[in-house]
Amino acid sequence: MDLSAFADEVGEGDPVTITGLRTRGGPVPGVRVVGAPAGIDWIQPAEMTVCCGAGTMVAELDDALLAHGQCVAIPPAGTVGGALAVGRSGVRRLGYGPVRDTVLQIRYVSAAGEVVKAGGPTVKNVSGFDLCRLLVGSRGTLGFLGEVILRTRPRARYEQWFCGPVDPEIALGRLYRPVSVLWDGTTTWVLLEGDERDVEAQVGSLDLQAADGAPPLPTGGRWSVAPGAFRELTGEFVVEVGVGVVHHAEPPPPRAVDPAVVALHERLKAGFDPDGRLNPGVDVLAA
Amino acid sequence: MKVAGPVAELRAALSIDRVRDAATELSLYRHDASHLEGAAVAVCFPVSTADVQACVQIANRHSIPFVARGSGTGLAGGAVPPEGAIVVSTTKMNRVLSVDPIGLRAWVEPGVLNLDLTRHVARHGLHFAPDPSSQQTCSIGGNVANNSGGPHCLSEGVTAAHVVALEVVLPDGAVVVLGGEDPEPPGYDLRGVFVGSEGMFGIATKVCVRLTPDPPAVCTMLMDFDSVEAGASTVSAVIAEGVVPAAMEMMDQLCLGAVEAYVHAGLPVDAATALLVEIVGLPHGVERDAEIVRRIAGEHGVRHVRVAADDVERALLWKGRKSAFGAIARIKPNYYLHDTVVPRRELPAVLAKVYAIAARHDLLVLNVFHAGDGNLHPLLVYDAREPGVMERVEAAGEEIVRVSVEAGGVLSGEHGIGLEKRDLMPLLFSPVDLEAQATARAAFDPTGLANPGKVLPSPARCGDVMTTVPEGAWI
Repeated sequence: MDLSAFADEVGEGDPVTITGLRTRGGPVPGVRVVGAPAGIDWIQPAEMTVCCGAGTMVAELDDALLAHGQCVAIPPAGTVGGALAVGRSGVRRLGYGPVRDTVLQIRYVSAAGEVVKAGGPTVKNVSGFDLCRLLVGSRGTLGFLGEVILRTRPRARYEQWFCGPVDPEIALGRLYRPVSVLWDGTTTWVLLEGDERDVEAQVGSLDLQAADGAPPLPTGGRWSVAPGAFRELTGEFVVEVGVGVVHHAEPPPPRAVDPAVVALHERLKAGFDPDGRLNPGVDVLAA
Repeated sequence: MKVAGPVAELRAALSIDRVRDAATELSLYRHDASHLEGAAVAVCFPVSTADVQACVQIANRHSIPFVARGSGTGLAGGAVPPEGAIVVSTTKMNRVLSVDPIGLRAWVEPGVLNLDLTRHVARHGLHFAPDPSSQQTCSIGGNVANNSGGPHCLSEGVTAAHVVALEVVLPDGAVVVLGGEDPEPPGYDLRGVFVGSEGMFGIATKVCVRLTPDPPAVCTMLMDFDSVEAGASTVSAVIAEGVVPAAMEMMDQLCLGAVEAYVHAGLPVDAATALLVEIVGLPHGVERDAEIVRRIAGEHGVRHVRVAADDVERALLWKGRKSAFGAIARIKPNYYLHDTVVPRRELPAVLAKVYAIAARHDLLVLNVFHAGDGNLHPLLVYDAREPGVMERVEAAGEEIVRVSVEAGGVLSGEHGIGLEKRDLMPLLFSPVDLEAQATARAAFDPTGLANPGKVLPSPARCGDVMTTVPEGAWI
């Protein structure tokens, strides 16, 4: 994909902000807005890789991959670039891993308006520093994502949600690699996938009934707690057991950040965006 | 005595017996498992984070470079000391600090050996997924530095996917925790960019790893073919069918012969190539996937399919795969192991080129590699006593890297860049791309004392203390 027009649009002088479909917050107000190119460049089913513009809708990518029996482990809604820039996983993280692990290569536009490549196109690659992981979750403060190569995964042959009063830790301990285990303080939901006979055998020993899907998730705040700390939660919540993402009715409590870590963030920002022109005012530590 | 100062300070900070500077001892730390050499001024054996911090602070005070070292099994020269550097060996920091069998986490010190960690957590039915061939001797800290892989990284991913947090002594001596046990620590993924930074972003002093449950069912199959192409095409076809085995490893005929003479596993020594496929999971799923793999192999003309009947036979087949590097000593006394990645579909074509390159340079090449990942490991075997052979080995090696990159691949799948491939980075990255990597490095290490001269081709950064390129490096 030719990113030169996008790079020209980002330019190199004035403050600039980027947005996709505004699903995850949208652009910085009062700043010139750009958008990344959309469209799927290619799908390589035998490599389990896909290349697309960051402006591509996640739904469009999902549809295209469905034809090959594959999917990508990034949460639905909005654009691919938005999902990666924010870096938050969906409720299948326990089984599918974090969003950052799906990214193989990123071509982004730097604060100097240049197209920069990070990572490489193969599923395995340790050539140079892993800037892709630095960019995922960086909220457009280090560079604007233009085109990405993602690792796909096979779509499950069979999947089924279950729920019941079983203790979530017992569920987590007895089930072999569940895709998701959710708990709201009283009820546990689990998502299993694979061979239908295996799924049935897995739930057989637990007090679980088939369910239509995941429970509604409170949207007041997204908390991040150590996986072992979920018992201490109070209020209205659904916790991703084994992961530690908490969908809570209340905003998350403030978190202290080590001053040395803050300093490292400041040096990275100053290095990648010396004039602070990319998404000005966005504080990744406060997000 | 220009160096008396730092050594005396190191001894005062650690203890006399944990700071070595005798010529015989320093010579042991001139190199890692690569052919490259440097020269250290002292070798330190810290036992705590505070010790490591002291080493780094003393290095800073004297403006001398430092390099962290695990077991020294690296193949790209990443732990080769820059001239006059302090080597910080993590071998004495080898405790497993805690294991959480429900949360699937363990905190370990960097000197814990990869296989020791798996053995330690085996009683919980867990293991550490990255399993380099050197897993009996390589350390977790080294795995972090190189973002190491291994056969089972096909389905599980490499080290970066299995490290959730790191306690790190930054190059300025500050101790910080990067990442966290929680899933979404605030800010940039500093943990992610630290993994694979080859000792140039600081020294990890504690590592929180993610553990993986042992699978209830395992099917290990050895399949042999009349042509390398048939085996390689089987690999691509299996993935395209939506089956991702835990591992898919390939050995060519020369390798099969050498390994069989060494381990006596009943390997098909008359086959052009053999594929070791392991499928793990729940019983019905494993059975179904194994059926699909056998069908696809059949369509590609597989000669025999040997299914490991039990754990003993499985261990024997894996022993064959993992002893390849020892076995080749039967052919020639020396070898140079390469590491590149190509798209899976390019495997047959690139392998053909690898054989042609070796033939053109009058060298023998064995191929034993992670076929499922497209991760090639051509082994050029030679006798170093033969005049002029190293020039041929190096020329062939560089050509192999070039054909891999030309086929849409990358410079390294798991060994890293280090010194070995540093000056080949421009094959993959533009000056602008490399400048971005140097920017990340400078944010972590503004003074450039942490393992300078690796990864980034010179002069990437004036702050870096540049070393001369050791003899044997490809340039």
